[in-house]
Amino acid sequence: MIAHAVVFYIFSLIAIVSAIMVTVSRNTVHSVFFLILDFISISCLFIMIGAEFLGMIMLIVYVGAVAVLFLFVVMMLNVAQQKNEWFVASDSSSHIPVGLLVSLVIFSELLIVIGGWKYKAELQESININLNLNLTNTQSLGNVIYTDYVHLFQLSGMVLLVAMIGAIVLTFRKRSGVKTQSYFKQISRERNEGVELIDVETKKGVKIDA
Amino acid sequence: MLSIGLGHYLTLAAIIFTIGVVGIFLNRKNVIVILMSIELILLSVNINLVSFSIFINDLSGQVFTLFILTVAAAEAAIGLAIIVIYYRNSGTIRVEEIDSLKG
Repeated sequence: MIAHAVVFYIFSLIAIVSAIMVTVSRNTVHSVFFLILDFISISCLFIMIGAEFLGMIMLIVYVGAVAVLFLFVVMMLNVAQQKNEWFVASDSSSHIPVGLLVSLVIFSELLIVIGGWKYKAELQESININLNLNLTNTQSLGNVIYTDYVHLFQLSGMVLLVAMIGAIVLTFRKRSGVKTQSYFKQISRERNEGVELIDVETKKGVKIDA
Repeated sequence: MLSIGLGHYLTLAAIIFTIGVVGIFLNRKNVIVILMSIELILLSVNINLVSFSIFINDLSGQVFTLFILTVAAAEAAIGLAIIVIYYRNSGTIRVEEIDSLKG
């Protein structure tokens, strides 16, 4: 029990510190690195609490795809050299105390909700998908996803498809001055515009590309 | 203190949520950091759902966490694509200089 508590505190401390560093870091590349560290420590917490499948998916999706995507965009846009002017006075910095105040209010509200939240016994009665301790986490998730939530599962696949097509359509651009093959023109070429039969007169020759 | 309960996980999620909100409010840098703060907020929501799912002994919280993960990945892809074309058109993604909607 003590080891569980110690590991929880270590991972949550790493997660909180790296979350702070994401927002205050001077370099955007460092922000992405701290974001990766944050995801890794949270997925360790998930694995520790008993949701192994989600922890592993978190590692694959966030660290393997999203964070690398962020890193790629940061490198490509060359904004990594931009220095962060935190709290440096400018004409639009007057909303910083208001932002801090609002964040403080949000945090205290969340703490009040957590402190005042009471476990309701009748809440569990209306729930029917219980954790089966004989199955692994992945197995029980698969049992639920492909039966009860299959429509939502397919809809989330559609969301990913729309995101993929949208990202391609948004960033695609036609460059001018690049020689490319025009497949339509190439296929729709007829015989009579490609080949011409000419009667060559003697001692005159033929003019090509006339 | 030593027995980790639901409240510990919820407090951790609340702290990370607040850090994400602060990162959105106080950002002076570029829009990419705002997107990263949104990812932090979604992560804290995931912590909430998973910890409730474990402590109430119900699996549907983890299923919804999976869907939130999907939506977060899609949102990151679309947001970064928008940032790329904005940078291509205007040459900057600094928060202070993106004010063409101001009129």
